[in-house]
Amino acid sequence: MTAKQMIVAGLFAAGLMLAGNSVYAAGQYGPGVTDTEIKIGNTNPYSGPASSYGIEGKVHAAYFNMINEKGGINGRKINYISRDDAYSPPKTVEQVRQLVEQDQVFLLFATLGTPPNMAIHGYVNENKVPHLFVATGADQWNDPKHFPWTMMWLPSYGIESHIYANYILKNLPNAKIAVLYQNDDYGKDYLNGLRAGLGDKAAKMIVATQSYETTDPTVDQQVVALQGSGADVLLTAAIPKFAAQTVRKVYDIGWKPTHFLNSVANSVGLVMKPAGLEKGVGIISATYRKDPTDPQWQATPEYKEWLAFMNKYGLSASITDSEAVVGYSYAQTLVEVLKMCGDNLTRENVMKQAASLHDLKLPLLLPGITLNTGADDFDPIKQMQLQKFDGTTWQLFGDVISGSGT
Amino acid sequence: MAREAGTDIALWRWAGAAALIAAAVVLPFTLSNYHVFEATQVMIYAIAVLGLNILTGYNGQISLGHGGFFAAGAYTAAILMHRYGVPYWATLLPAALVCFALGVIFGLPALRFEGPYLALVTLAMAVAMPQLLKYFDSVTGGNQGIVLVKPLPPPGIGLDRDRWLYFFVFAVLLLAIRAAANLLNGRTGRAFVAIRDHPIAAAAMGINTARYKTLAFGVSTLFTGVAGALAAIVIGFVAPESFTLFLSISFLVGSAVGGIATIGGAVVGGFFIEFVPNFANDISEAAPWAIYGLAMLLFMYIMPRGVVGTLGPGLAHAMQQFRSARGAEK
Amino acid sequence: MHQLLQQIFSGLAAGAVYASLALALVMIYRATDLVNFAQGEMAMFSTYIAWSLVNAGLPFWAAFLITLAVSFIGGMLIERIVIRPVENAPILTAVVVTIGLLLIFNATAGWIYSYTLQEFPSPFPDRTLFGALMTTRDVGVIAVTLAMLIALFCFFRFTATGLAMRAAAQNPESARLSGIHVGRMLAIGWGLAAAIGAVAGIMVAPVLFLDPNMMSGVLLYAFTGALLGGITSPVGAVVGGLIVGVTENLVGTYLIASQLKLTVALILIIIVLVFRPNGLFGTAVVRRV
Repeated sequence: MTAKQMIVAGLFAAGLMLAGNSVYAAGQYGPGVTDTEIKIGNTNPYSGPASSYGIEGKVHAAYFNMINEKGGINGRKINYISRDDAYSPPKTVEQVRQLVEQDQVFLLFATLGTPPNMAIHGYVNENKVPHLFVATGADQWNDPKHFPWTMMWLPSYGIESHIYANYILKNLPNAKIAVLYQNDDYGKDYLNGLRAGLGDKAAKMIVATQSYETTDPTVDQQVVALQGSGADVLLTAAIPKFAAQTVRKVYDIGWKPTHFLNSVANSVGLVMKPAGLEKGVGIISATYRKDPTDPQWQATPEYKEWLAFMNKYGLSASITDSEAVVGYSYAQTLVEVLKMCGDNLTRENVMKQAASLHDLKLPLLLPGITLNTGADDFDPIKQMQLQKFDGTTWQLFGDVISGSGT
Repeated sequence: MAREAGTDIALWRWAGAAALIAAAVVLPFTLSNYHVFEATQVMIYAIAVLGLNILTGYNGQISLGHGGFFAAGAYTAAILMHRYGVPYWATLLPAALVCFALGVIFGLPALRFEGPYLALVTLAMAVAMPQLLKYFDSVTGGNQGIVLVKPLPPPGIGLDRDRWLYFFVFAVLLLAIRAAANLLNGRTGRAFVAIRDHPIAAAAMGINTARYKTLAFGVSTLFTGVAGALAAIVIGFVAPESFTLFLSISFLVGSAVGGIATIGGAVVGGFFIEFVPNFANDISEAAPWAIYGLAMLLFMYIMPRGVVGTLGPGLAHAMQQFRSARGAEK
Repeated sequence: MHQLLQQIFSGLAAGAVYASLALALVMIYRATDLVNFAQGEMAMFSTYIAWSLVNAGLPFWAAFLITLAVSFIGGMLIERIVIRPVENAPILTAVVVTIGLLLIFNATAGWIYSYTLQEFPSPFPDRTLFGALMTTRDVGVIAVTLAMLIALFCFFRFTATGLAMRAAAQNPESARLSGIHVGRMLAIGWGLAAAIGAVAGIMVAPVLFLDPNMMSGVLLYAFTGALLGGITSPVGAVVGGLIVGVTENLVGTYLIASQLKLTVALILIIIVLVFRPNGLFGTAVVRRV
């Protein structure tokens, strides 16, 4: 062999080795991933005052079970580990550290609640753990520049309250607005979002605000006090139980404001019916998803598929709960993202795929609403539509509105 | 003979204490970071429960509000660190002083009440705290809470953050135990116990019950407040949701399970509060609190005076048998 | 003026809810000298039992009566099996046991019935009265609470069992010597309290809506009301509950923002208690040295 031949052979061999390495790199795994399994971590409040949100975690688990029964994602089964944090931030820190350091999960998914997520926000970004589709609508999670590992899913509460603000400015420019809100980040975000949406008119237009705690038995005092302010527009940012009480009380005391109800609290089965269907006529709300108790969606094949799923996996007690629809849609999104990763299941690639969603449709979102993300945009759902209650169902009106939420 | 027996007990006590301390010092090097973090939490809860033991165990005044004092200490530390750039180790003293003052202020009206009425007054503290924290949001960060930078270990020590914080908290725990032991074994402690058991006789003997009861409150909340400050430092985040009524109730449960009128029981209580909910979650994902509740029942049935409260006298009794048997041989 | 009336009447309606649970708390305290922290959760669980029966097709009143019976027996069993072992233990031990019960009932209800909100039928029609100041359901809660109060009052005052129960609670040793079966009295006390709680829950559920956390907030208010009125006095429980309801409403509307209304209301109540440390209608405990 001549020297030249040897050099060529050597280069060829080196080339093969490199090519071999990159073939190997294409199937590279991050922590928590093997040929047969992907480990996913989650915290949810299964006990304590926020336990009504625990259904989301249960729906995730059931959905992943279903996917596993169908063969998993690209041949890998999902190992979904969900821990109870009782909505207490110190507990969330502990559980997340256990998930990341002990259980070695691949990513964190749909961790629920603003304070719990705030407690772990720094930790997950420091340790470069994908913090996907946090289950809260606070605007701060859409900040890829400073927190590149955290991504939202819900349309932020800011986007929603901007939609109400714009509607009011356009249709009710002389309104006197009262706001009833839950005294936590969730409720406060709506109040602040409304203020921001009204701009410099906010101080003049918002004439009264009242808050309630989730431990309050009733909100009658707040509703009566708001009526006393002389307001003719009411925004209620509450969870179903208190929204139902509010809708009922507003009617009972003979107050007839233009009533805006926030999206978490507009369920027909959990709010409108318990309050009394005739009491909610005319209420306006914004939404991005289908309500499982609304007759117009119950006729659709997507709903029937969801219903069959709920019944098959032991969740029939919650078929009236819109949080179950939300949990289902969250899980579907994650499955899509994981599918998009193929065999390249590194944490970096997961974030890359999650940030490349383009017009992703989900069966239980409203027609016309899709998920979109980009390198600067970590809020997949930014669209909502307004609807008005007619005594039986929510009538969608207007176009799908895209918000920016700032 | 008596002197021999006395030094015997003292020797055993020292040996036991030394062994425990040695174990605690070695422990973080055998555990993973996460478990070190958990152990640190246990110690923080132990200090908080120790405070409660002083008040409810040794002085007989029930408190359902210690979560509120824990919060006060945590927020004092958080605000000092976040707004005024105070280094973390320097926040412990202010937190202690603030909570001592709060405890004395609380202790004064508390003198009027006992039993369930006192429980209500202290309950008010636990309920008021989150409300006040949310209301004064310009200072406390309101619902958003305060995010804190986790402290770095001093350079050259060679420990990582988790282990450094473990030893930091451990040092405070040792200090707290020593302080509590000195207080409770001395004149003040005897006054506390006298007031608890026979308030009228104590007063008749010249003990200023009002002063000692108020002092008990202040000292108790001082301990719990310092624990709160440590919690803020170690977790790196405070929010009103971290300090709900359930926290106050957890402290009470931890105190009872460990042994309300003991010092060692506080550490057992800390273990209980930290680990049993997690353990319950492992057993039942659907209803973890049911298991937590069952655990409480079991502990109370088997050891009604708490672990240290029941086993402690049992152990002392066994030691006495052992010594008298040995003495008989001689 | 209309605002003020509205707030007062709303406060009375809410206060009646607190009062009904406070009655159960007082019942247990009188019978066993113990504050039962699990009272609210037991009431909630009874309400779910009623709900299941109604869902299974039973008429409302049948479900109501069956639930009362089941709750009564359940309360007695709990006293016998769960509380009896710690009867002679320090009070704190028993308190922790009731806390454990609270968690067990809450978690079990959530596990069996899920945390989804449920509607509960009311025997009263849905109408407003007095020019929208109150609804018939609110009046129903007040009426039933008062009826229970009268029944309880008569029970303690005029029946032999009531007298025996008071004796057993006040001085068990002496009562035993008089031939009173103290254990049975304790069990009956718990059974009655559980039944009262069941009534409270069933009356309240149409108003507050049924979910496992329905009574969690109410317990705090009921506790406050019971103590304000005097933990040993059923009349005090009702009066205390009503005062708490009205005070909180007025404080939240006129005195301070609703975010601090509970804090301020509690402070006011504590100030009242400073002047009457045993509650408005409570009896002072005289201790002999």
